[in-house]
Amino acid sequence: MLQNLVEINIDQLITVTHEMKDSGYRFVTLTCVTLSENMVDITYHFDKNYELKNYRIKIERSTEIPSVSGIYFSALLVENEIIELFGVKVKGMAIDYAGHLLLTDESPVSPQFGGGNITIEKREAK
Amino acid sequence: MNKTIIPFGPQHPVLPEPLHLKLVMEDEIIVEAIPAIGYVHRGLEKLTETKEFTQNVFVVERVCGICSFQHALAYCQGMEEMMSIEVPDRAKFLRVIWAELHRIHSHLLWLGLVADGFGFESLFMQCWRNREKIMDIMEETCGSRVIISGNTIGGVRRDISKELLVKVTVVADEVAADLKEIEKVFFNDYTVKHRLVGVGVLTKEDATTLAALGPMARASGISLDHRTTGYAAYGQLDFAPVIETDGDCYARTLVRVKEVYQSVDLIKQAVAKIPDGEISVPVKGNPNGEVISRVEQPRGEALYYMRANGTKFLERLRIRTPTFANIPTLLKMLPGSQLADVPMLILTIDPCISCTER
Repeated sequence: MLQNLVEINIDQLITVTHEMKDSGYRFVTLTCVTLSENMVDITYHFDKNYELKNYRIKIERSTEIPSVSGIYFSALLVENEIIELFGVKVKGMAIDYAGHLLLTDESPVSPQFGGGNITIEKREAK
Repeated sequence: MNKTIIPFGPQHPVLPEPLHLKLVMEDEIIVEAIPAIGYVHRGLEKLTETKEFTQNVFVVERVCGICSFQHALAYCQGMEEMMSIEVPDRAKFLRVIWAELHRIHSHLLWLGLVADGFGFESLFMQCWRNREKIMDIMEETCGSRVIISGNTIGGVRRDISKELLVKVTVVADEVAADLKEIEKVFFNDYTVKHRLVGVGVLTKEDATTLAALGPMARASGISLDHRTTGYAAYGQLDFAPVIETDGDCYARTLVRVKEVYQSVDLIKQAVAKIPDGEISVPVKGNPNGEVISRVEQPRGEALYYMRANGTKFLERLRIRTPTFANIPTLLKMLPGSQLADVPMLILTIDPCISCTER
């Protein structure tokens, strides 16, 4: 149903991103969706003249994907975000927040990791 | 020279919402800036997976108060496309009217904040006094001032009577007339120009590379306005994107001021052309499939990605807001700037942190 959607392999990701950049496309964002406990798909959206092109990779959560922020600097925030919210591994980011863009050391694990729930604990005052 | 790191925010007089920047300084000049967010992350994307798809209209409105109507618009248009629902024409025009009222109040809010940012208190108050008229007319047409809950999947939830439509145009004219007086200060005052002209220049090339959106892109000479694709009733109205080419804080102010007049004109066109008829159609069944919906918010393009599986709960709702996309441009503008200009640079991207973090 999604128009201009192409499924690609993880090996093709950097090549495709370079092609988009060279063709004058703008990086819009990427979307990560949990498929199962171990699997996610990530869709990269590019725009030119109000037309989107979407490239999708399906990976296991433990698979390390290459960062596209070296090609499109604007990808750096969303890549850091999916690391924290979906447990995806990304290597070579322009700025690596090491899991602390949205979360702190004391944050609970994101429920988007696998559909779990956040339990609220009452902590003693320090 | 030794480098100093100055923390800017998360609590700062010019910031309406918490954003933290680590500014690496050499003397008074910034050499590097690293943003940190996460102070108002609410997990709204996850929350939408636990609510029925019809209830999500009210969840997405709470992503951001300032552009709440356009958030709901993006969501509803996406669901309507997924479920092949044809919205009545009258509803499309009503959506344009409320969306443009939201754009006016957002831009007037921003003009007030930037005036407050450079220390012009009376100008700030004049902008917000003018904005009150829009808030009042939104309350009169929809029952509340900020989160107006006008949208529903299949149309809109309220109609506006003929008399009230006339009042909307009168109020819009009054706002434009008031802004005509206020804009003289923004455009001609020596101290205001001193703080804005030539500050935070974002070239067209940089804006393109960094994927700037909304007034940020248009102030750098990029003609990017999603309304030109003709969603809702925009295809039946006559307008062109407001473009400036200087790419500095002053150009971004000009774009926003001119867009207020453009919104007033769009409201008047919509009121003149609005047809009679139904305002919504019933929604049957559950959504299935995936779709992307985009609208032009006051700060730029918002993208909604939705995936459904035939049940009443969505599998995924992804929201990419314009501020999220504009933060990299801020990182480009800050290095090389004076510390005293940081508030102006941050304000001119019109940061909405609630949108950014969701």
